[in-house]
Amino acid sequence: MRRILAVLLENESGSLSRVANLFSARGINIESLTVTPTPDETLSRMTLVTFGDDRILEQITKQLHKLVDVVTVVDLTGQNHVEREMALIKLRLRDEGSVDDLQRVNKVYRGRIADVSALCYTSEVVGTSEEIDAYIAAMGEHEVVEVVRSGPLGIARGEQALSIRQNQ
Amino acid sequence: MLSVRLLSNRMDNLKQNPNPEAQELNGAEIFIRCLVEEGATTVFGYPGGAVLHIYDELHKQQEVNHILVRHEQGAAHAAEGYAKSTGKVGVVLVTSGPGATNAVTGIADAYMDSVPLVVFTGQVRTALIGNDAFQEVDTVGITRPCVKHNILVKKVEDLPLAIKRAFHIAGTGRPGPVVVDIPKDVTEQSMVFSYPKDPGMRSYQPTLEGHTGQIKRAAKLIAKAERPIIYSGGGVISSGAHEELIEFTRLTGFPITNTLMGLGAFPGTDPQFIQMLGMHGSYEANMAMHHSDVLIAVGARFDDRITGQLDGFCPYAKVIHVDVDPSSISKNFRAHVPIVGDAGKVLCALIEELRDGKHSLPDISPWWDQIHEWAKKDSFAYQQDMDGEIKPQYVLDHLYQQTGGDAFVTSDVGQHQMWVAQLYKFTQPRRWINSGGLGTMGFGLPAAMGVQLAHPDELVCCVTGEASIQMCIQELSTCRQYGLPIKIINLNNRYMGMVRQWQDFFYDSRYAMSYMDALPDFVKLAESYGHVGMKIEKPKDVEPALREILSLKDRLVFADFITDPRENVFPMIAPGAAHNEMILS
Ligand SMILES: Cc1ncc(C[n+]2csc(CCOP(=O)(O)OP(=O)(O)O)c2C)c(N)n1
Ligand SMILES: [Mg+2]
Repeated sequence: MRRILAVLLENESGSLSRVANLFSARGINIESLTVTPTPDETLSRMTLVTFGDDRILEQITKQLHKLVDVVTVVDLTGQNHVEREMALIKLRLRDEGSVDDLQRVNKVYRGRIADVSALCYTSEVVGTSEEIDAYIAAMGEHEVVEVVRSGPLGIARGEQALSIRQNQ
Repeated sequence: MLSVRLLSNRMDNLKQNPNPEAQELNGAEIFIRCLVEEGATTVFGYPGGAVLHIYDELHKQQEVNHILVRHEQGAAHAAEGYAKSTGKVGVVLVTSGPGATNAVTGIADAYMDSVPLVVFTGQVRTALIGNDAFQEVDTVGITRPCVKHNILVKKVEDLPLAIKRAFHIAGTGRPGPVVVDIPKDVTEQSMVFSYPKDPGMRSYQPTLEGHTGQIKRAAKLIAKAERPIIYSGGGVISSGAHEELIEFTRLTGFPITNTLMGLGAFPGTDPQFIQMLGMHGSYEANMAMHHSDVLIAVGARFDDRITGQLDGFCPYAKVIHVDVDPSSISKNFRAHVPIVGDAGKVLCALIEELRDGKHSLPDISPWWDQIHEWAKKDSFAYQQDMDGEIKPQYVLDHLYQQTGGDAFVTSDVGQHQMWVAQLYKFTQPRRWINSGGLGTMGFGLPAAMGVQLAHPDELVCCVTGEASIQMCIQELSTCRQYGLPIKIINLNNRYMGMVRQWQDFFYDSRYAMSYMDALPDFVKLAESYGHVGMKIEKPKDVEPALREILSLKDRLVFADFITDPRENVFPMIAPGAAHNEMILS
């Protein structure tokens, strides 16, 4: 089962490798991982996607907590949350007339053309991971030259906010 | 030049700051002051370029006692022996590069057995880090998977807090090793020293008090038990909870078994003690585990040498699991009543809950009858033919009798280790010092040095095998230098016995590389280091030889017992088998 975790950790060199190391040492794959500083610059925030059953998730959550640098771990999977991922997609269109095609798909998925060159268009799209999958699939006729995805970001819906004290 | 500069710096400071409290110290001096603040006055180490400033300061002072080992692995194991036998944090100091990598085995060992260590490693100058400088390794990277935490100190201002935190993290919660990597230039930079009172760590707060609701649930389960068993491990010893464990066990009247790491937490001579469990545990302990309906696990982690095949493990039991490390609970085996907390505090709360009259304790006499029936198998028994070869068990039996179960005993890894665990009945915690989790051959002798240094007037025995002892044999020189009167009991079966045993069982007795050829003459070897060596070849000589060995109070004695090369350790649960599938002989 797909799991999405939000983690607050000390913004120190080495914190990220501790987390990455934990997953590889326990033989669990990280599907995606994003990490950036937070408004409180002593902290970083991480959104991490992985796969596993309840037992693996419980173990991973506990192991993350056990890392001295980790302040808070929240499993967003089980709660109401918003998830967004961004992708940049470089396309070689079938022919000139296909731009309309692209614009039509962009309209559906709220995509946008970010760069144009003689041979290629690069579009940008934001949505859930499934929406991005669907967007790429909708490119069917055109050659997808390159795709780069941010990996999802997650945040709980409602008033609840990830904070230093909120430990599971 | 350097020292002249440092000295003149200090003189300037003195002029500016007549208040000596506000005097500037360099990193090396600060290092020593921090150790003194922590009461860490015994350090095991080995010098080298990156730590020379620190060694120079060590040379100038009296408060910190430095023990020079002969290999950095020995330093780490010695610090483990010191820590395990005292409960204090053990301290190691090594240089960068090979000094650090040599210490890694000991660090990993401490990690697996939850031993509190602070390991200081020298590092190349900060300006050189990342340049593949001479004796540079990424110590923080190499040790990351086998430490509780590690810290690279980038400037002297960070040093006191790093050391404060290192000791705090190593010694609290589930103990473990912490590496502090100190670049050489940090030890020469100076600052006004003050030692922080508080480690100030929002992200590290171990849970010590058990959850009241869970304690109540556990008490209910205990009150209804018909076939209960207490299974306790090394966590009880690290928490210092042996008295609470004894009280709890007496109060309930339940049978108790200990893991290899937990031996000594409950007196091995007590009738409620049904011996060690697991791969080489007693028949009654493993059978009782298998048939139990309530399993009370305290400070134990259900590792594979305990559980055997997980599908077949404790099929009828409801499990109460007490551990200070939440990740130990339900990692391998699902706990019905998980209780995160310090073993001593949780046991106290359980005792109170059971005493307060709401629960009556169950009568389990039929269960005890069954256990006594199982115990009749006498599964650790052996036969000594007085005209035959010396049985290793016979030596340990006599060692136990002659020392009254009160000696500190370290061991290496192999058959001899299992025989000590089976036959030496420890009556106190922190006396049985061995490498359980990592199973590190070479642990025994350096660990014994740490124990002996912490307990100069006590008897310290190192039970070892002819293969293991050769892995850190160089430490005989350290023992000589510091006059450590360790008694080495070498059970010399000319084989890597435990390897040969597996080859007997699972490889049709093809003894690939397990015969120990070209052994040294251990008597001469011991003598060449300035110790007493003895060779014992006949069963009838065992008892008098042990008397003589133990009477040589201030000498290290290397006793080479030539034992039966064919003896195997029984019972045995083969890997992948369940507790009721023991091989008995
Ligand atoms: C450093 C290390 N290398 C290899 C092993 C694998 N191993 C486990 S027991 C053993 C044999 C130990 O032989 P010895 O010290 O003579 O003890 P015995 O089993 O004969 O009592 C070996 C090689 C180990 N535990 N540690
Ligand atoms: Mg041997």
